[in-house]
Amino acid sequence: MATVTEAPPLAPAPGTKPPRRRGRWTPYLLLLPGLLWLLVFFALPVIYQASTSVQTGSLEEGYEVTWHFATYWDALSEYWPQFVRSVLYAASATVLCLLLGYPLAYLIAFRAGRWRNLIMILVIAPFFTSFLIRTLAWKTILADGGPVVGALDALHVLDVTAWLGWTAGDRVLATPLAVVCGLTYNFLPFMILPLYTSLERIDPRLHEAANDLYARPSTTFRKVTFPLSMPGVVSGTLLTFIPATGDYINADLLGSTDTRMVGNVIQSQFLRILDYPTAAALSFILMAAILFMVTFYIRRSGTEDLV
Amino acid sequence: MKTTKDTTTAGHGGGDVRLTGISKTYGSFTAVHPLDLTVPEGSFFALLGASGCGKTTTLRMIAGLEEPTAGTVHLGDQDVTALPPYKRPVNTVFQSYALFPHLDIFENVAFGLRRRGIKSVKKQVDEMLELVQLGEQARKKPHQLSGGQQQRVAVARALINHPRVLLLDEPLGALDLKLRRQMQLELKRIQTEVGITFVHVTHDQEEAMTMADTVAVMNGGRVEQLGSPTDLYENPRTTFVANFLGTSNFIEAEVDSTSGDEVVLKAGGGKLVLPAARTSAPTTTGGKVLVGVRPEKISLTHADDAGEIPEGRNRITGRIADSSFIGVSTQFVVDSPVCSDFEVYVQNIDRDARLVPGAEVVLHWNPAHTFGLDAAQSLLAGTVGSAGVETAEEEVA
Repeated sequence: MATVTEAPPLAPAPGTKPPRRRGRWTPYLLLLPGLLWLLVFFALPVIYQASTSVQTGSLEEGYEVTWHFATYWDALSEYWPQFVRSVLYAASATVLCLLLGYPLAYLIAFRAGRWRNLIMILVIAPFFTSFLIRTLAWKTILADGGPVVGALDALHVLDVTAWLGWTAGDRVLATPLAVVCGLTYNFLPFMILPLYTSLERIDPRLHEAANDLYARPSTTFRKVTFPLSMPGVVSGTLLTFIPATGDYINADLLGSTDTRMVGNVIQSQFLRILDYPTAAALSFILMAAILFMVTFYIRRSGTEDLV
Repeated sequence: MKTTKDTTTAGHGGGDVRLTGISKTYGSFTAVHPLDLTVPEGSFFALLGASGCGKTTTLRMIAGLEEPTAGTVHLGDQDVTALPPYKRPVNTVFQSYALFPHLDIFENVAFGLRRRGIKSVKKQVDEMLELVQLGEQARKKPHQLSGGQQQRVAVARALINHPRVLLLDEPLGALDLKLRRQMQLELKRIQTEVGITFVHVTHDQEEAMTMADTVAVMNGGRVEQLGSPTDLYENPRTTFVANFLGTSNFIEAEVDSTSGDEVVLKAGGGKLVLPAARTSAPTTTGGKVLVGVRPEKISLTHADDAGEIPEGRNRITGRIADSSFIGVSTQFVVDSPVCSDFEVYVQNIDRDARLVPGAEVVLHWNPAHTFGLDAAQSLLAGTVGSAGVETAEEEVA
């Protein structure tokens, strides 16, 4: 046996220092612009609004912080119907978005083939016009005596919706149905995009594997596809529900005084009545309510368990 | 090699897999030409071929994941051609494993049982996880396991259903060489243990030969030859099979005379003897035949000792062009008038120091080790990276 000779150690070239850890501060530097932005445009306004909400006074004499927490209670007791209505409308719109968006996202992800990009563009296309214009367009679509309302009336759909309290008489405009329709339409892309992203990530071979293991297509959907798309369902519903709850444009343009949402109240308190403390308190109640509901929802859906 | 069937594990009763005139075309591209194939019950059957030869398509048609353009699939007496995959008593181990990422190992394995409405799955799943040695991993998620472990989960998930046929689609392709060897033995052990028919798709000829009882070599959407690994290796009927399974040397020869069960051939002035039973080509006098011989059957003698070679052996003269020492054997490339790159593997028992490049040598072998093929085919078909394999793919592509 030959003796084992060791390979000569690779001597470091003389004069070179160990590499400096140059990149140590880079991550923080990269964070800085975003953090500054958040500080100026999020943290400071929140603090300012928080202080406004506990001020008293009047526009003429000026406001000062008196720690008047009763504003919160007064706002809530006066405007709770609008809160309940906001949550109800937003939840209905979210469910509708999910029911309309899921099949479409599924189609784009698995069946569209070469049409995929075209359909994606069509989904995003509404964003090329302003939110306001799009909502105003629905005013025309749902106009009294218009073709849509006429068709619904002829099919006696309006009788049913009127009985449910969603519409009034032979009108659709200025009813809860119109507001929910507007919300659904405006937030649908926010549902479709995350759904598509999570569906598209699913390996189609998992469907084959499920099929091979005695799962018929419907079972495959229930046991494999849907559970794997849960991250998309959760982010889609959140992206729809949260902005829809605080929205006021749809209720303003498509609704009536009976369909006012909390967003409309805040808007008028701020901009018309100029009661800043109440407006600020309402904003904080809305924020807290949404935070509470979202936390509960995420806990329940258990998405942290998904890869 | 037929394994005795264990009735407790194979709950469905038996039957061969019978493919009758099955074919698959995609538009103008024919993936599988009309094909008849019978996989005997309880056998370990391999579909071997280069990528794009139609082997996976054939497997998927048995699974029901692909609908045949024509032909039928029978399991025993039952015609399953029209059955969707979830109604076929057949399970697949996918190349990518396709484990459900949101379910743990236990639930992955229990999936098939639960879909068939079986309530108490615990005992069966535990037993199956023991069989594949994954009892400890039951509550882990697939992504927490190594490639080899995932592969075993995929096997367990399919086997627990006691399918009549287990289909394996290149299940070892993603594993490294060492693990692959280990899993080959493991799968063979499992197959012997449960006695279920395995249909294994692979492009690795060594894998097919070590594992399978019967191998079907596919090329360009057709079965080129079917038989036991030994039979395919010793008696290839086409140059594709001869080259795809191992290495072969070919000599173009002319039939000189036929006497009894021997064919005498002329090649480059010399005479070669070929057993008539081992030729798949017509042997009319004056006709051309491709004479094949495997490199390890050949002995190499230095030209100076040519007189010591026993009578009755096929012999060819040449000059060593190249030699490479690889431990157990030395591989020589010999340049001879009848064939320019004659490969010879010589066991390193008594090494002759004179056998170096440039040396004049005599190649000789027992005539019984010679096989004959139809001369009207490409010598290079089936060689790795050769035009042969590529042409075959182009034909179907």
